[in-house]
Amino acid sequence: MATRRILQQIFKAGIVSEPPPQADPALRTKEQDLHAQILEVFGQALTIRHVDAGSCNGCELEIHAVNGPHYNIEGMGIKFAASPRHADMLLVTGPVSRNLEVALKRTYDATPEPKWVVAMGDCACTGGIFGESYASCGKVANVIPVDVQIPGCPPTPIALLQGILAAVSGSRGKASV
Amino acid sequence: MKTFAQDWQLRPLGRNIWRGGVAANRLPAFARAVKDQGGQLIALWGSDDRHLAGAFGEGGFGIHGAFLTNAGLAWVTSHLPAEAPAYPDLAHIFPQAERMQRATFDLLGITATEAVDNRKWLRHGAWPEAVFPLRGDFDASQTARADTDHYPFIRVTGEGVHEIPVGPIHAGTIEPGHFRFSIIGERILKLEQRLGYTHKGIERRFVGMDLATGARLAGRVSGDTHSAYSFAYCMAVEAATGTTPPERALWLRALFLEIERIANHLGDLGYLGNDVALSFGFMQFWRLKEDWLRRSARLFGHRYLFDCIQPGGVAVDLPAGGAAELAEACERLAVEVQRLKSIYDEHATLQDRFANTGVCTPALAAKLGLTGLAGRASAQPWDARAQFPEVPYDELDVTIATQRKGDVLARAEVRFAEVTESLRLIREIVRRLPAGQIQAPINQVHSVCEGLGWVEGWRGEVLVAVRIGADGRLDRVHPHDPSWQNWPLLEHSVLGNIVPDFPLINKSFNLSYSGQDL
Repeated sequence: MATRRILQQIFKAGIVSEPPPQADPALRTKEQDLHAQILEVFGQALTIRHVDAGSCNGCELEIHAVNGPHYNIEGMGIKFAASPRHADMLLVTGPVSRNLEVALKRTYDATPEPKWVVAMGDCACTGGIFGESYASCGKVANVIPVDVQIPGCPPTPIALLQGILAAVSGSRGKASV
Repeated sequence: MKTFAQDWQLRPLGRNIWRGGVAANRLPAFARAVKDQGGQLIALWGSDDRHLAGAFGEGGFGIHGAFLTNAGLAWVTSHLPAEAPAYPDLAHIFPQAERMQRATFDLLGITATEAVDNRKWLRHGAWPEAVFPLRGDFDASQTARADTDHYPFIRVTGEGVHEIPVGPIHAGTIEPGHFRFSIIGERILKLEQRLGYTHKGIERRFVGMDLATGARLAGRVSGDTHSAYSFAYCMAVEAATGTTPPERALWLRALFLEIERIANHLGDLGYLGNDVALSFGFMQFWRLKEDWLRRSARLFGHRYLFDCIQPGGVAVDLPAGGAAELAEACERLAVEVQRLKSIYDEHATLQDRFANTGVCTPALAAKLGLTGLAGRASAQPWDARAQFPEVPYDELDVTIATQRKGDVLARAEVRFAEVTESLRLIREIVRRLPAGQIQAPINQVHSVCEGLGWVEGWRGEVLVAVRIGADGRLDRVHPHDPSWQNWPLLEHSVLGNIVPDFPLINKSFNLSYSGQDL
């Protein structure tokens, strides 16, 4: 019976988001610290809309990873939404391709105020290796206002969580381009 | 197939790669000959060769095809005139040529005469019509846009038919693209894709770049396939410059490639569970994937092994104790994956949703050139590691994973089988890893030279063609992703399925946007 085996497996695997002693204690401190700070600052759920504005898909790998069991982001009150209309924050990756510039602006406009924009990864922060060209607008801040930039190629899940926290712990909706 | 190579006057360029020229008007005959012997078109691209007059080629434009044959990969070029460059349409022989022909026109203004579909593909509104960014005389500082971005979708009409436009920005954490569904009730009558949203000018960016930076850029054509791209790029650069990397470096490259394959397959197997509401599957497989990524970070300094492969060799060695750790991790992972597979096998809802969903029949797959992992799930038994092995695969005896049904279940089964095989390969590689250097200097370039890299990435074959100028810098680089061939098959595989199954079918292919948008 699959159900029985599923329960056995769940029991066997245990809860990985609260790492047992053999896990890296430095990491656990960070995760738990972030958790507490998000609850303190926001006091409720933070809803994020991810926008790939031209990324190589590397940053997306880490957004997927942060949704995995080690990071327990829903337990931290963070959730990814399907529509910008439901979002408090846009998490934008990639240099902004010119083919996607209009769609990104429309997504920004569709996100209700107050809102934060977090640029994730070297390309979103500076244009990265792709730079500005006939096909690329370069960094996200060239197209919409950005609150926080998270460098890295790609940024690790912990860096991503720290960046999200850096955004929400500033003044609400304050743009610093 | 040696006869074939002789008939067409192809010369060897590396162990499994053949090189030759064909007059443009003979290209269809060449393609037909490849097809008649069971081959496929893998890639098609163009080049502006006007600056090379006298030194290399004939100084006009070039149209290049990479064909898979029983003898290996045949890279053939037709030289085209500088004025009104054109070549005969190949899409009537190999349908997978169609989008590549359209992209070649958008970037270079090289026309496929008598092609049925001449709509733009990569251009959208970012640059004007009749401006070609890959031409040598393109003004790179130009920022003019096209006035409008009109794209005529193919309309389905009739009573009860309606359209669902999806994207370019999708509901999940995935890359951008537009899907136009024509449906009746919940059933899909037609799906038309429009891609190109992540076109960021990669091929133009390569021009004039030094060889080391080129490896970093090649690895970022599609981030989930980093190792395969940097591997193929370096293989091309080394072929062009006549450089032989140390054997240990070649074994380490294969190690990175298999680590990457396992990471992606684990992630996909988790998402496939998630897409049939078995979030248990997602959490379990992503637990395994995260442990796998953290091990890569610990052993090699990067969770996705970015920039570990460099021209001439590799940047990082396997640390002391790494071989034992990896071998032990592989043993454990094999057991864990097998346990989860037995749950997937027994889970009635999952099997019901996977089986007979998103079917791509072997006949259709052969006709339209379905390749890589998805191709192997539809009885297209090609895997460069098995048929055309380079070092170290020539000593590892890779088993090809195949299925015949071509549904979501078959694509999941291929992933399971490939995880098992890659775990075996990793254990073999770390056990037999030759001692020695991991880096050799790249030979100095004195004249224009070219090379091709061909690597079986996790999604399918990755090709990188490289031409280096006399100054030792990159003159033309074309990276090719297997998604080019496979995206059109997704359009076919969803027909007659219900719209809510689209995310599942799409995930079972898991194609790259960035890799084909370039």
